[in-house]
Amino acid sequence: MEYLTYDGSFEGFLTVVFECYAKKILPVDIGRENAFQQKIFAQKEFICTCPEKAERVWRGLQNKLHRRNKELPLFAFLSEAPCIEIMLYRFIRRIFDTSFSIETDFGDPDVLELKKLGKKVVSETTHVLQFLRFQKTRDDIFFAAIEPHYDVLPFTIEHFTNRFADQQWLIYDIKRDYGVYYDLKSTHEVVLSEKSFRSTDGKVSDNVLHEGEKTYQTLWKDYFDSINIEGRKNLKLQRQYMPQRYWKFMPEKTQPGISD
Amino acid sequence: MSISVHDKLKILADAAKYDVSCASSGNNRRNPGDGLGNSVSAGICHSFTSDGRCISLLKILMSNNCMYDCAYCINRRSNDRPRATFTVDEIVELTINFYRRNYIEGLFLSSGIIKSPDHTMERMMLVAKKLRLEQRYYGYIHMKAIPGASDELIRQAGLYADRLSVNIEIPTDPELKRLAPEKNFKNILTPMSRIHLGILENKEERAKFRKAPVFAPAGQSTQLIVGATPENDRQILLLSSGLYREQQLKRVYYSGYVPVNGYDKRLPAVQTPPLVRENRLYQSDWLMRFYQFRAEEILDPKHPFLDLDIDPKLAYAIRNYHLFPVDVNKASYEMILRIPGVGVQSAKMIIDARRFRRLTSDNLKKIGVVMKRAKYFITCNELPAKAYTWEPERLKTQIVSESISKYRKAGDTQLDLFPLVMQAQKEEQQRTMIWQH
Repeated sequence: MEYLTYDGSFEGFLTVVFECYAKKILPVDIGRENAFQQKIFAQKEFICTCPEKAERVWRGLQNKLHRRNKELPLFAFLSEAPCIEIMLYRFIRRIFDTSFSIETDFGDPDVLELKKLGKKVVSETTHVLQFLRFQKTRDDIFFAAIEPHYDVLPFTIEHFTNRFADQQWLIYDIKRDYGVYYDLKSTHEVVLSEKSFRSTDGKVSDNVLHEGEKTYQTLWKDYFDSINIEGRKNLKLQRQYMPQRYWKFMPEKTQPGISD
Repeated sequence: MSISVHDKLKILADAAKYDVSCASSGNNRRNPGDGLGNSVSAGICHSFTSDGRCISLLKILMSNNCMYDCAYCINRRSNDRPRATFTVDEIVELTINFYRRNYIEGLFLSSGIIKSPDHTMERMMLVAKKLRLEQRYYGYIHMKAIPGASDELIRQAGLYADRLSVNIEIPTDPELKRLAPEKNFKNILTPMSRIHLGILENKEERAKFRKAPVFAPAGQSTQLIVGATPENDRQILLLSSGLYREQQLKRVYYSGYVPVNGYDKRLPAVQTPPLVRENRLYQSDWLMRFYQFRAEEILDPKHPFLDLDIDPKLAYAIRNYHLFPVDVNKASYEMILRIPGVGVQSAKMIIDARRFRRLTSDNLKKIGVVMKRAKYFITCNELPAKAYTWEPERLKTQIVSESISKYRKAGDTQLDLFPLVMQAQKEEQQRTMIWQH
């Protein structure tokens, strides 16, 4: 009974896949090292992460996968769903072991589930693009805090770099305590030890805020309230499209305004 | 007496809200690296109002002063209400600052008519020009084209805007003339044709010269007010269908008439907007654009109004029950699209997945097919052909009662979970009452 464990990273997982092929192992389950404490009687093997081996698996996948699915293994992995590793492993084996593409074999429960999980992660990325709100600081840096369910910040960088090319910005994932800073030339990953913003909702301290910032937040809140048509109220629909967990970052939902 | 930008914004955003167009989609505009903004062709909804509508643009009127006196419009000149006008710079400032904070994808600019169509159009055009040329703004711009404005102004507007639109509002000419004597169909269709021609010519030009400037790359849209006048759904759908086919419009919007100007006897005396009817029209619009339905298939002369208690796709299936059951493992994509409970995504997945194995009802359910509904219309691996032999009218009653009991079981008492059926009955009553002349 082969239970394989790894360090929890995507690279680590790909290394496991490599080792299964190299050592001809048929794993019963694959999981993070610390998640497998309970199974003390099982035969556990820990696989050390090896970047070169992981790269070989990834390149092999890129050669086989359709253009629209090239990132699917990574997106699905990021969903951190239970049993994601063994599901992905079975899927990757089918990809490599079948001469034709099985990516649309939705009758296979793994293929279908991975597609759904991948979609969930992409959807979270889209939510970041939609609901992220910048606050302008005194140093003309636009700061935004996010708290996504999955670690999708890296997938949003290209969008924000291209769109806000002429302003400095910093996006911080307050859940995972790291962020990305754009200095008008390139982006840098940062970890802030000293935070001039509230750790619960990213609200920048008043003394750091740009003097005009509150005005624009109020203007936006006023606009948001003004375009509402009372006769069509449908709060359930609003929450469906704009989940409540994002509201604390959005001035239109937090600022006091003309109506609430 | 000067009013603040705050007050102007409240007045002019409130004045613009009955133009329901919301999209920021249709064009990919890349930032060359030193400007502000870009456009994503799928569009992005940055926020949602309490009525569930998406906010992706700063939607405002440049001015709510207007020379015209259209019965259905809150900004008509005979209404006594606060009036305001933005300066060009105020709009540019607001747009840029909202954009920088990721509140919006761009600007939607309309206006009441001041002095003349040309004067108004020129002012609006200045906003777009300033945004593009001075601010180096590459985000989205949706501009209204004012009927009566010169060809040259419309041409220029198209060079700066992503989408242009002219609102038809009232679906037929005689009704339009009755409610807005200063307007007529010819007056409205002329700029629409001009824009259409401009887009076609521009496409040809760009095929020859890659660097040619782009004209309205996100195309054209329009709006119809539903329920302010007696036209039936068939007339509305035939009009939309023609607009999509001939004028190649990107979108037609249907705006349920929100009761305004109650003093004007030309307007129907209703209490609430016809939301269910509006929803059915959008569903029909989707059938035409994504499900390969023709307007004539959705409504025939004997059924000029859409059924309010069931969606148009189900209504079609029940009226054409002889076409079913459909074998999901063998039928064409076109036919699978017609199955109630099967959306475009599911239809595509069925076509893809069945190449590998025969699909069972369990497979279908996992793919996302609404089996509760589709089961009456399909056969697949283990469901035998003709498992259900229903009389069409009884089938409709069966399906409707199944959805009511679903709501009753959930024990929902909130108004917004009120079964569509009840709401639909209310609207049906209302409609037969007001148009009985």
